[in-house]
Order: sequence, then C-alpha cells, then structure tokens
Amino acid sequence: MRDVHVDEIRGAVVRLCQEATVLLPNDVLQALKRARQREESPLARQVLDQILRNAELAADEMLPLCQDTGTTVIFLEIGQDVHVVGGGLTEALREGVGSGYREGFLRASIVDKPFTERINTGDNTPPVVHTEIVPGDRIRIQLMPKGSGCENMSRFTTLLPGAGKDGIAEFVVRTVEEAGGNPCPPIIVGVGVGGTAEYAMYLAKKAITRRVGEPHPDAETAAFEADLLEWVNALGIGPQAVGGRTTALAVHVETYPTHIAALPVAVNLQCHSARLKEAVL
Amino acid sequence: MAELEVRLPLSDEVIEQLRAGDSVQLSGTVYAARDAAHKRMAEAIARGEAVPVDVRGQVIYYVGPTPARPGAVIGSAGPTTAMRLDPYTIALLEAGLKGAIGKGGRGPKVREALVRHRAVYFLAVGGAGALLSKHIRSVELVAYEDLGTEAVRRLELDGFPVIVCNDVHGGDLLEQGKAQWQRAAG
Repeated sequence: MRDVHVDEIRGAVVRLCQEATVLLPNDVLQALKRARQREESPLARQVLDQILRNAELAADEMLPLCQDTGTTVIFLEIGQDVHVVGGGLTEALREGVGSGYREGFLRASIVDKPFTERINTGDNTPPVVHTEIVPGDRIRIQLMPKGSGCENMSRFTTLLPGAGKDGIAEFVVRTVEEAGGNPCPPIIVGVGVGGTAEYAMYLAKKAITRRVGEPHPDAETAAFEADLLEWVNALGIGPQAVGGRTTALAVHVETYPTHIAALPVAVNLQCHSARLKEAVL
Repeated sequence: MAELEVRLPLSDEVIEQLRAGDSVQLSGTVYAARDAAHKRMAEAIARGEAVPVDVRGQVIYYVGPTPARPGAVIGSAGPTTAMRLDPYTIALLEAGLKGAIGKGGRGPKVREALVRHRAVYFLAVGGAGALLSKHIRSVELVAYEDLGTEAVRRLELDGFPVIVCNDVHGGDLLEQGKAQWQRAAG
C-alpha cells in the first residue's frame, strides 16, 4: 500500500482547474492548425484563425479560453494499492475545484436545485466524478472543464440489436446535423456503443478524452471512426456553422459488450475548446 | 460578403445594408444578458412592469463572462448559444430590439420575427472568449446583480468581430453555408 495524502490531491485539482481552462492541449491545437490548412471556405478560415489566435492569447495572458469554464468533470483512476489518508477523497476533489475556480477567476456556472430556484453554488462545485479502480499504486486525475453548449447536444438511443454500423452512423450524423452551430464546431464527436444506457454515455464522454485523431486500437472500429468523420464533415456545417469542410476534428468510438437484446448508442459532443489536463500522483 | 465597420446603435440604413455572411466590426454600446436575465425580463413584461433596459434600438449580447482579474475590464467573454433565448426574443423584438449577438442558429419563429421587426442576428465566434474580451472597453452593471455572471451589464465594444447570420431580407448564413459546402457522403 502507498499512502497518498488528500492535500496532494486537492493541490493537484486546484492546479488542473487553472491550467485546463487556459491552455489548449497540444493535440487539439495541432488538429485545428491542420484543419485551417485544409479548409476551403473563406468564412470558415476566418473563424479558425480567430480560434487559433484565441488559444495563443489565452496562453500568453493566462486568460480562460472560453467564458464557459464548464462543469468540472473528473475522471479518476485509483490504483488498488493506494491508501488515501488525511481526510475524505470526495471532499478533497470538491475543495480543489472550489479553490481552483475562485482563485483562478473562473466562472461559477453550477446551480443547485436545478428545477426550482437554480441557486449558484458560487465556486463551480460540486464536480462530476467518474472513478475507476485499476492495478497499481498511483492516482491518475483527468480534469475536463466541459462547456454546456456542447453538452446540451448529447443524445442517446437504443437501436435494434441488428441495426449495425448503418444504424449507428445514421444516429451519429443526425445528432451532429441537428446540433448545428450550438456545440461550437469544429467538434470532437464521442460515441459510446454497448453496455447499458448510462454506461454508453460514460463511454461517449470517455471517448473525447482520447488524443484528438488517435485511431481506436481495434482496426475495424478505427475504420468506422474514419467513415463517420467523413460523413459528418460532408454535412458542410463548418466551424461555428458558417459553412465549410471542418465540422468535426475527429470522431472517437468506444465500445463495450452488451446484452443480446440491446444496442445502446450515446453521443457526447466536445467543442473545439476541448480542454483536458491530467496529473498522476 | 462585405467587410464593414459599424457604429452602434444600428441605424435603419445600416440594418438594410447588412447581408448574411458579412464580416462586421462593431463599436459602441450593447447590453449583456443571457438565460436568467431574459427569464426575469420576460416575466416583468408579462406582468406589465418596466424592464431595467429600454431595448428600443439596442443590441443584446448573449454572454456570461468570467470574473475580471484585478486591473482587467472583464474576463473571458464569448457568446453563448442563442437558441436557448428564442422563447424570450420575440417579445424583445416587439419592444424595439434591433440586434442580438450569440452563437448557433435561431429557430424559424425568431428568424421570421427578425425580418418583420427589421432586426439583425450576429454570430460571434463561440470559444474565442479571451480574444473577444480584448474588444470590450468598459463594463457597467445595469441590473440583477444577484444573478452574478448572468446580471445585465452595459458593455462598450471596440471593433468587436461578428458575422451577420440573419439579415432583414431573410438571408440565413447557416442555411447558405450548408447549401454551399455540403456534399454527397462517399
């Protein structure tokens, strides 16, 4: 067993909040630059230029990339040989997010009592946390400030078990088409196939944590991702929906075995400000 | 598709001249308001009460900025999704609103009302809040301070870059863009 003190976890979360909201990951930046080179629509190029200048300015001046500093989504991998000491883990994550957002001048966007008073919690807490227990004695924290413009465009369906790739493709392309400019294209399309209803959506969200454009290790899934990307970009929606070749930077598909009666499909969209930062303790 | 510099408030002549797809640099006063402020204003209008902003001839920017750092005018300040404000927009157009800035498209009813009331919907680049904040010269709280980031604020823009999405002639950039750039899937 290795002891990890909650102070260390809290400190890491504070740092991740402040860095993730300001620094666009390099893989996203490179994907945007490649898209700018390929893009043919003059208005789309103008939009991509603004997005690239924004990333540069945000990093130079340590300004948030986007005013929507998101719901703080945390993917936590805890090694089974780790012993968290000095306090509660959930509390440490919550305090880390609260301090990170307050001290980082980040927007508090979370409201409690969601269907009545909608009272702002004041410091963007609580985060949404997904925990996995893995082998080893480390803790890996991935922090994703997830904007709501794109999150609102998430969709889920249950297809007939035999619907296959065609059924999934139809649903994914329709979801992107209906979302239009709302999720801030060029987007990253996360697709979760299999498991159960809630697990499919978890997979879709997990899919957008993959490095942009890195193909799935399974060749058949990777080929499907490439087809989906082509079909999504054939829509012509383009950056901010002004029309163009670049509607999505990537489509990532994650799968899990499912029931004989089922084919659940979830789509989770990520905006071009695809913020993600990780720490390993 | 023209490139224009426009001084606010929008004159009738300028409004008639703008076409979907035009790139425009806006300078002058706009009002920041998003979901919660729109809901409150709509409720006030429904009760026959005054709203804190006389929207006649004005432009509303759908934005909820991050807090300003010490010494800064404003934090990151890009547009939010306009479609969520659709249910409140027609009443404001009837009250004389002449323009809105947001991201993403508008529903058919708002598109039609924009033409009827001779008003323009502009796109700003969503997710470019750091860059856009550099085109905001001053910020003044107007109403609903308790709403925090969603309070109504008066902003002074300086060369703020937008693209005309819906013009008063029925032009819709999102439809035009898709029609021009979509292609048969392979």
